[in-house]
Amino acid sequence: MLGYVFRRIVTTIPVMAVVALLVFSLLYIAPGDPAAVIAGDQASPEQIAHIRASLGLDRPFLVRFVDWVWRILQGDLGTSIFTNLPVSHMIAQRIEPTLSLMVLTLLLSVVIAIPMGVMAAAKQGTWIDRVIMVLAVLGFSTPVFVIGYVLAYVFALQLSWLPVQGYTPLADGFWPFLQNLILPAFTLGGIYIALIARITRTSMLEVLSQDYVRTARAKGLGFGTVLFVHALKNAAVPITTVIGLGVALLIGGAVVTESVFAIPGLGRLTVDAILRRDYPVIQGVVLLFSFAYVLVNLIVDLLYTVFDPRIRY
Amino acid sequence: MGMNRRDFLTLAAGAGAVATLPAPAIAKESETRVLRFVPQANLPNLDPVWGTQYVVRNASLLVYDTLFGLSSNLEPKPQMCAGYETSADGRVWTFRLRDGLYFHDKEPVRSVDVVASLKRWMARDAMGQVLKDRLDALEVVNDKQFRVQLQKPFPKLLLALAKPMPNIAVVMPERIANSDPFKQVAEYIGSGPMRFRRDEWVPGSRAVFERFSDYVPREETGDWLAGGKRMELDRIEWQVIPDAATAAAALQSGEVDWWETPIADLVPLLRANGKLRVEIADNLGNIGILRFNHLYPPFNDVRVRRAVAMVVSQDDYMHAVVGSDDALWRPMPSIFTPGTPLYTEAGGEILKGPRHWEEAKRLLAEAGYNGEKIVMLVATDIGITKGQSDVTADLLKRLGMNVDYVATDWGTVGARRAKQDPPSAGGWHIFHTWLAGLDCTTPATNIALRANGRKAWFGWPSSELIQTLIGQWYDAPDLAAERWVAADLNKAAMDFLPYIPTGFFLAYQAWRNNVSGIVKAPFPVFWGVRKQ
Repeated sequence: MLGYVFRRIVTTIPVMAVVALLVFSLLYIAPGDPAAVIAGDQASPEQIAHIRASLGLDRPFLVRFVDWVWRILQGDLGTSIFTNLPVSHMIAQRIEPTLSLMVLTLLLSVVIAIPMGVMAAAKQGTWIDRVIMVLAVLGFSTPVFVIGYVLAYVFALQLSWLPVQGYTPLADGFWPFLQNLILPAFTLGGIYIALIARITRTSMLEVLSQDYVRTARAKGLGFGTVLFVHALKNAAVPITTVIGLGVALLIGGAVVTESVFAIPGLGRLTVDAILRRDYPVIQGVVLLFSFAYVLVNLIVDLLYTVFDPRIRY
Repeated sequence: MGMNRRDFLTLAAGAGAVATLPAPAIAKESETRVLRFVPQANLPNLDPVWGTQYVVRNASLLVYDTLFGLSSNLEPKPQMCAGYETSADGRVWTFRLRDGLYFHDKEPVRSVDVVASLKRWMARDAMGQVLKDRLDALEVVNDKQFRVQLQKPFPKLLLALAKPMPNIAVVMPERIANSDPFKQVAEYIGSGPMRFRRDEWVPGSRAVFERFSDYVPREETGDWLAGGKRMELDRIEWQVIPDAATAAAALQSGEVDWWETPIADLVPLLRANGKLRVEIADNLGNIGILRFNHLYPPFNDVRVRRAVAMVVSQDDYMHAVVGSDDALWRPMPSIFTPGTPLYTEAGGEILKGPRHWEEAKRLLAEAGYNGEKIVMLVATDIGITKGQSDVTADLLKRLGMNVDYVATDWGTVGARRAKQDPPSAGGWHIFHTWLAGLDCTTPATNIALRANGRKAWFGWPSSELIQTLIGQWYDAPDLAAERWVAADLNKAAMDFLPYIPTGFFLAYQAWRNNVSGIVKAPFPVFWGVRKQ
């Protein structure tokens, strides 16, 4: 197992290298010029050229790429063109809100979606199944920002139970931290809950038709024990896969959710950087997201062995 | 000693009471000293010489001080300067700094800081460059005095030092100001009424300003950037809320106190809330513009530009920008901001009265336009540019022109409009933007007016007459002379058409009722603002 983990970690190196090359190339050919944005409306073409040179943006592609990779290998993600702050510092400022939002969303989603999916499968064809599936379709088809606005309107503006926007760090207290994240987590979790609930239902239906489930029932085991102990564990592999793959969904959704709720996370940092063409920040954040995605996939692969002992690496 | 459930609850309630009883009074006291403000955009940096965005300027006005400050009647008044003397020939100016000026690092402000700051500013600012061209020497006399020696008189010197139009002549410590003007400064240290809390800065989310206890305001009443900048607040928190609906909700729920730029669509909602006030933010407003590329056909031919101007309806443009609220706009056949001293409609007939479609089509044919593609850059992520562009696309099509509507974002427009390549090779023909009304109060600060060819603003118009008239304005000794030049300049601009003004429009600002002292200005003025 340890050998496998080591091999997988080693294989992330070429993956990250390809990601780095792709990100750099895409930004190089993408239209836009941070020097023009910095210079603003008042600037003459000469001044823009001067700023471009001072930022090193007039150097050839290869020189810039090699320079960037060399600095990354030394642990330096560069400096933001606009704020003059190290990219690593900006990421560090933003990682807690995004990570908190994603973890809370993940927790809420799993806690809500898996019982929903299990119940839908157990009560297949009944009104419970239909209601759960209707909710799942709604979750899938309602845009994240619509859910966000509706939740903010009802729970923040009308009922004044929760704040409309913002983020409070965990260090400032658990309840204020949670208050700011509840609505965003439900907003972001909508599509994720729907996805996990549907996969859980499908996977459970397959497992529930197996002989060992019938045997368990025949032995007189309780309804809950059969469903959650015997069936769910065997249905867990595809569910785990979807949860892992869904991290990409969460990253995408976090961009919108963070904007709607004004959460200072990595999603908003990415959008702001793209709009301003702040290349070092875009490159740093995309690299981080790619690494996180590779890491999540590795964890999912390892979890397979926990849920299904037949799987060996 | 044991404790039962009842004892515990009693103790907990008592402790809670002890902890909370005096707290509301203290919390209320401190709460009224903190203002939460939603700025127009994210604050990307705090170097108003390097960065020209208005949001950078607005934050910089809190942190840095200027030698002179512009008052609400657009006059430069002493701010850091106690006074000045001018030689009889107007070529030597000696300035004296007022007492009690300190930087936020507690170091006193000296003339050497001022001279270094002005040198950095002159390298970047258009008016600063005119000053630099006329400069013989800029020198330190002593810690409190510095001298400007000119080759020829520069009557607009005080305006140049006072103007809040980017780039602004802020004063920084010498060690910071001596840096490359084309590189951002590494430290944000000013001598203004508030100091920047860099440790609390989260770009894209939050910027915090704290009252600088050593700041000594002038004795006079505060008036925009002139007079005493008396802070009634200990802390100002800028909260960047990119989504307008969220900002509106945050203002309604009391999570923020003042929103700089509520969008027109949400104004009825805000007005319906009895706890909020919604008023025009700035009587100088904004001016929409249609900018041509003067380097390439067909718009290098003045007849084609005139053909477009003949059919422009400012009514259509302004409705596309501000919606149906007619109180928010007015027509302006002028390059100057309505209601300001230099405003004139001389020569503006081409933008007035009935539109002349047939004559425009005839002019277009006479100029030899034959269906060539017109590349129009449209920043669809900004409502003002998108609205204007849609009107222009329709207008050009009705004129018989072949429009290539390039829908993209402002970042791309910003880069592509700087390209002097032919439109068929990555260049462009037309883009829309808008200018702050404050910037169009003088010919020097109206960037779109400059017509010095490839050195001019994007579009690169070339008109010796306009350049000569701008030069004459610089030398005009008084307002009467300036008005004469302005009338000639407006005629020249309406004839040559470096750009077409599409109308004058206003915007709102909104705040909670417990905030007072907010004034109408082209930038948020925080001194004098109170919170109850």
